[in-house]
Amino acid sequence: MSASSPTAMDQGLQGCPVCSLVSRPAPGSRKGRCPRCDEPLVFRKPASVERTLAYLIAAAICYVPANLLPVMTTLTAGSRESDTILQGVVLLWSPTGWPLSLIVLFASVMIPSAKIAALLYLVFTVRRGTLASGAQRIRLYRMVELIGRWSMVDVFVDTFTVALVQLQPLMSVEPGPGLLFFAAVVVLTMLAVESFDPRLIWDAPGLKPAQRKVQHA
Amino acid sequence: MWSARFSKVPLQFKNQHPDCNQPLADPSLIACPHCDLLQRISPVPPGASVRCPRCARELGRSRADSLNRSLALTLAALALYLIANGLPMLGLHAAGREAFTTVAGGAHQLWLDGQPVVALLVLFAAVIAPGLQIGFLLLVLFGCRRERPPFWVGSCLRPLHFTRTWSMIEVMLLGVLVALTKIADYATVLPGLALFALFGLVLLLAAVQSCFDPREVWERIEWAEENVRLHSRLHSPAQRARRAREALP
Repeated sequence: MSASSPTAMDQGLQGCPVCSLVSRPAPGSRKGRCPRCDEPLVFRKPASVERTLAYLIAAAICYVPANLLPVMTTLTAGSRESDTILQGVVLLWSPTGWPLSLIVLFASVMIPSAKIAALLYLVFTVRRGTLASGAQRIRLYRMVELIGRWSMVDVFVDTFTVALVQLQPLMSVEPGPGLLFFAAVVVLTMLAVESFDPRLIWDAPGLKPAQRKVQHA
Repeated sequence: MWSARFSKVPLQFKNQHPDCNQPLADPSLIACPHCDLLQRISPVPPGASVRCPRCARELGRSRADSLNRSLALTLAALALYLIANGLPMLGLHAAGREAFTTVAGGAHQLWLDGQPVVALLVLFAAVIAPGLQIGFLLLVLFGCRRERPPFWVGSCLRPLHFTRTWSMIEVMLLGVLVALTKIADYATVLPGLALFALFGLVLLLAAVQSCFDPREVWERIEWAEENVRLHSRLHSPAQRARRAREALP
């Protein structure tokens, strides 16, 4: 289908992501601005694959300390106890609290890793120039875009536990070094999603935007 | 008085930037933002939506009375936002002592405990981004109420996608719920008024999302030569619907 479907880029046109106006850049130019809302326009996000991959590698590196280092330290009279994310999930597990425990397990451990894996798959299929199953891949991308923000939940759990439990000298909770890495994983994967250009899924392999334009001119 | 002063300003906004693109003569042409497929959008019947035939991305939806409803909902959201951030959200009662925290207070405590980066992230996602989202929406919606909306209304639409991506009130509420369950084991937790305001705010912001139609805004802004604008206005779905309504006996 994609070979026969005319895209805006094929016609040398750019659609505005903000106001969805379609406009024509100056001859020979690959960049432009929307005449209506002044948004800078490009045919495809520049170096989208490379930037997405860079964010993903950084996120995967941060994922290791995020899960190994403690995110929270509980100080009670004389004792000190540090919990990683997984230990927090186990602590939350109780006859009444197990649904929340599952939510945290899902949001903090499974979503970030699934997100990295899904985006890696998208990046590699785009690089290889795969054109099959575009509809499935765009659905995967939308799911990653939609669900990704929910992995922030553990950052908020720790923030408000720390903020509330300040009953010195009886008991207090401090944030641990893992929290920074975990927040970094969430932010980096969100940036990876933002820098990936889904339109690349449908582009024929081996054609750079400039070449396509010349072909049509 | 303000609108009287502004109406003397030249009303036609033409983008003077050297990189500025040339608009097309046919404003019904649309490129799908998810697959770049070029297509023509026909008017959307009431209650229906238009989807891209290749990737099923929603390209448009008919929204009744979009700008007025959005303005009402956004004003309500502003009121709840002020309550949510001005009043204490959570309290703790343990061993004869009480402690309260606000949303920003949570970020402040993280900062004090040596996590300034995460503290700023929390502050941004829970307080600043939702505030910016509401602020920009209000600028756009109030600007559109004027007889001839000024061109900066269009520029205020540009940061909306960014603020929507990073405003995470609903995620924060889930986090608060989990934190409450954790703490409830060894202390009495007192929910504050702000917690309920946050629940309302999440619902209102979702309602604004489904009501607000940026295309309605563009129909009111004068951004190009009169003939291009007129053409795009005459052929916009809302205008067609209005004409159809007026044609009824």
